[in-house]
Amino acid sequence: MIIITFIQQAIVQAVSMLFGATGEIMTEKSGNLNLGIPGIMYMGGISGLMGAFFYEKSTENPSVVVGVLISLLCCIAASMLGGLLFTFLTVTLRANQNVVGLALTTFGTGFGNFFGGSISKLAGGVGQISVKTTASGFRAEIPVLSKIPIVGDILFSYGFLTYTAVILAIVCTYILTKTRIGLQLTAVGESPATADAAGIHVTRYKYVATVSGAVIAGLGGLYFVMEYLGGTWGNNGFGDRGWLAIALVILALWSPVKAIWGSLLFGALYILYIYIPGIGRAVQELTKMSPYVVTIIILIVTSRRNKPEEQPPASLGLSYFREER
Amino acid sequence: MNKTVRTKNVIHMVKRGSISRAKAWMIRGIAVLLSLLVCAVVIVAITGDNPLSVYGGIVSGAVGSNRRLWVTIRESATLLVIAVGLTPAFKMRFWNLGGEGQVLMGGVATAAVMIYLGPLLQDWLLVILSLVGAALAGLLWGFLPAFFKAKFNTNESLFTLMMNYVAMQIVTFCIVLWEHPKGSNHVGVINQKGKEGWFPSLFGSEYMLDVILVAVITILVFWYLRYTKQGYELSVVGESVNTARYAGIEVKKVIVRTMLISSAICGIAGALIVGGASHTISTSTAGGRGFTAIIVAWLSQFNPYAMIAASVFLCFMQQGSIQIATQYGLNENASDIITGILLFFLIGCEFFVRYRLEVTKVEVTEAK
Repeated sequence: MIIITFIQQAIVQAVSMLFGATGEIMTEKSGNLNLGIPGIMYMGGISGLMGAFFYEKSTENPSVVVGVLISLLCCIAASMLGGLLFTFLTVTLRANQNVVGLALTTFGTGFGNFFGGSISKLAGGVGQISVKTTASGFRAEIPVLSKIPIVGDILFSYGFLTYTAVILAIVCTYILTKTRIGLQLTAVGESPATADAAGIHVTRYKYVATVSGAVIAGLGGLYFVMEYLGGTWGNNGFGDRGWLAIALVILALWSPVKAIWGSLLFGALYILYIYIPGIGRAVQELTKMSPYVVTIIILIVTSRRNKPEEQPPASLGLSYFREER
Repeated sequence: MNKTVRTKNVIHMVKRGSISRAKAWMIRGIAVLLSLLVCAVVIVAITGDNPLSVYGGIVSGAVGSNRRLWVTIRESATLLVIAVGLTPAFKMRFWNLGGEGQVLMGGVATAAVMIYLGPLLQDWLLVILSLVGAALAGLLWGFLPAFFKAKFNTNESLFTLMMNYVAMQIVTFCIVLWEHPKGSNHVGVINQKGKEGWFPSLFGSEYMLDVILVAVITILVFWYLRYTKQGYELSVVGESVNTARYAGIEVKKVIVRTMLISSAICGIAGALIVGGASHTISTSTAGGRGFTAIIVAWLSQFNPYAMIAASVFLCFMQQGSIQIATQYGLNENASDIITGILLFFLIGCEFFVRYRLEVTKVEVTEAK
């Protein structure tokens, strides 16, 4: 059944991007354009992998649950540090967001590729880093349900992070649109001066939103190394998925729930070339640019239509200085 | 009700009215020293070598031999020319984050000239054609975001960012077309035998032409920004679009024109890399320099000397750390970590140039 494999593969590709996009939406809602997200995803992925690697190396019989927990903790800690660094530099030290974000991506990508390629050697081993036991925990399918034919294959044959991604996207949309915290966060992103005058603690909102956004995005990196690659590292294997996540934010018009569908579309476009018969390798490469082309078209169309609910947060990318308003 | 009065120290920041040049550079100097210290700690932690020999290794890796010195000069010149290219756009407050893609497109154009016209034309004509072709290819990549920015006010930072990856896929497309040997997915060195289209050696160095071109472009751009009417217009647009409009400046025209200049220079950088250095094309031809250059251009605040200093410093450290990584059999991505650390410090220190921290005593009244 080629169609079932296609849907499965599209979902597998979509999850990392969905995590990244949900994280970036939370961040951008506070007015911070964090272009460090691709770097943070690398950092989250490699840190989780390294945590599990050292754990599995230190014990004779590593337990799956402990390995999963350790890698989750390491991933969250590293992404949190990345988010904190970004917020500290942009909010507290008032540096430009684009510049800090790009520096963070340079750093994070280098961090991931360097340790991914060298950690096993640095630890005195040989060959590639590999954490089979922990990865098996991330890859465990839902029992019983995944055995249902077709429906089980399409809906229940993934590890727990896949469902976490969808749930997080729904929860984040709920928070953004239905709770006081979310509305205040949106206010901070639209007009920090107004929010400040209304008594909202702008700096705190920016910190919390950006750091939690970074943590969510970091899980996307962890998903990639654990469930997709099965607990190993491929140099630059994560590729441009971090940037696709940022593109997805535009496609989803700053709504995490729409990002679920968007990520499926991107995931499908990403692997479409495998399923089109009779095209050469060269044309295959061209089809891989389609997610970006789609994003550019969306960007142009929405800026042309100029509907307020489809626009980026009004203060996106701008720093807020209370004394300069 | 009892009240106690106690004093508390509060740190708050004060914007500096002015700062002497010496003091500003002292702050930056301290940041550079601190960043070097952190880099040393990182390298020592990873390799277990002693810090002095680590720095010895960096210096020898960057300038230890004639060849390494020239590679460092070449890399610095390339980074500089991209930063210079981005400067007019930044001065207009147009976030051109598409340097990477514009460089790649310039590289593709140069490679195409070398491959298709290499056997047909004279060498000097090939060099000129590849420079022109690269400029045009970069220009095309800059025109689209500028046009839509001017027409619909489309967000340029996101647009240019996406264009990078479209360019990336065009490169992989061309790699399949041009791969040599077939099936290897690498283009290999183009025209290795006859060196058609390679930049000629000048004054005994194969990279001298790169350096001269970069110097000329840098001087021209800063002359353009400082002494021409167009340069003035674009800085007015950068300061305030409304002021520009009242002054009768055609804002849309200025946006497109400036962005064309900016992206054409980035395209030329692609020609310098492909025609003047690597003689091949791959997805890592730009190698993140389009992004690093953004940071260099922004940090230098339109000061050409600062831009040169920042480019040389970053490339020196990159080449040095690549050398150390090879020495220990580790991978080259170590240099990205080092670059990242240096950039964080350079970015962070600008806060202390603009603001100072003051500690004041405040009286707090507490009700008991």
